[in-house]
Amino acid sequence: MRPFDYERPWNIDAALAAVRDTPGAMYLGGGTNLIDLMRLGVLAPELLVDVSRLPFDRVEETGDGGLVIGAAVRSADLASHLGVRRRYPVLAQAALSVGSAQIRNMGTVAGNLLQRTRCAYFTDVTKPCNKREPGSGCPAVDGVHRNLAVVGYSPSCVATHPSDLAVAFAALDAVVRIEGATGPRRVPITAFYRDPGDDPRQDTVLEHADLITGIEVPPAGAAAHSAYRKVCDRTSFAFAVVSVAVVLEVTAGAVRDCRIALGGVAPKPWRAERAEEVLYGADATEENFARAARTEPAGARPLRDNGYKVPLVRNLLTRTLIDLAKKGA
Amino acid sequence: MTGELHTERVRSRTVRLTVNGVRHHVRVDTRTSLLDTLRERLGLTGAKKGCDHGECGTCTVLVAGRRVYSCLTLTVALDGAEVTTVEGLAAGGEPHPLQRAFLAHRAVGCGYCTPGQLCAAVGVLAEADAGVPSAVTPDPAEPPALDLAEIRERMSGNLCRCGCYGRIAAAIAEVAR
Repeated sequence: MRPFDYERPWNIDAALAAVRDTPGAMYLGGGTNLIDLMRLGVLAPELLVDVSRLPFDRVEETGDGGLVIGAAVRSADLASHLGVRRRYPVLAQAALSVGSAQIRNMGTVAGNLLQRTRCAYFTDVTKPCNKREPGSGCPAVDGVHRNLAVVGYSPSCVATHPSDLAVAFAALDAVVRIEGATGPRRVPITAFYRDPGDDPRQDTVLEHADLITGIEVPPAGAAAHSAYRKVCDRTSFAFAVVSVAVVLEVTAGAVRDCRIALGGVAPKPWRAERAEEVLYGADATEENFARAARTEPAGARPLRDNGYKVPLVRNLLTRTLIDLAKKGA
Repeated sequence: MTGELHTERVRSRTVRLTVNGVRHHVRVDTRTSLLDTLRERLGLTGAKKGCDHGECGTCTVLVAGRRVYSCLTLTVALDGAEVTTVEGLAAGGEPHPLQRAFLAHRAVGCGYCTPGQLCAAVGVLAEADAGVPSAVTPDPAEPPALDLAEIRERMSGNLCRCGCYGRIAAAIAEVAR
């Protein structure tokens, strides 16, 4: 690991200033991904600014029934929060599917959103990778890409984003709160991740020194009828091969509200708008659920070795819709 | 600008740690992991280095009572922390109930992963007591009961290359009863 400076400011302004004034500076949260990437030589910040003890470590109830989840809340604490468990099961289940218990005790909500792809070429500094070294090429396109993207990728990068929480947040229409050089701003989670295009270096719209302070989850009665399901290569402590986050409200046998996001298929949480359109107002039948799932991932162009993800995520989505409809009826 | 900061920008620092009830002041390079500090500086070689990437769990210790991977924890960020390692589990020379149960169930193969398994198991019991759910808790709004399925899921962050999982889960289940 390359030598680096460390500091732990006691307030947000000092943290922002410290990173703003040092081009090679990064924020340190739980460190579960960052420290590993530094040890692998993928990242070599010259300064770590520790924001893990800034006062963004609580889940707050908003007056209108929504939540503001502090950026430094650990995944374990998010999953244990009673309001989250009762009113947003999709979020509690996503948080419980993160890593292992140790990872959930360490990793923060903001860090989960900002973790980097597990593409084997990105994490191996002896290989080319456009995300790590722009212009060096993407060996994954013709190489090992069984677990990479089937939609939303570009010829320069076929990586998937590995976050579980981002998929749940996408189905909940959550908003990312950001503090930066130009003051605070709010970005919907669905607009937070960048398309890779010709330059896949930056995963998100964050600028240098931008700091996530929290995630707003809007109030939604329908969110109580929600679920996160994840398929992995092993039962536990693994990244998603594919995952689905579904909010489904059925009234008098018809779908009244429906929001769906897919994980493990794209460089970002993939909001399944076409399936949602099919389902709005439709009868809550297995046939309609399967018909909606067959429209996703809309525009999918699987690579040589990951075509299996398309039927897998469709089946997972169909099954999750069926189970939620039964539960809510 | 630095006048606004409450901490200095440092490349090494003296950190106060309480490990198994004993206070230490140890000067560390910013790169030093808690695992390396415990093993190389404080002589506590119970926690083991397996993968050094947060994938195997042999380095598991408790920080402020919560189980973490010490290989992914920077010591410099832990100033003032309370750490418990496998060496601190036995109170007054008496083995911890989990240590007794691991022996009784012969839940130890080569033993390399055992310190991490024990610290993780202490975390399992504490988390269940605190009502922390797991991915297999049937209704996540109800308090969890530690059956074998729960124990296996909650222990998934610790690998055992000897494959003693069944015995480890049985040992923890006995103490959880």
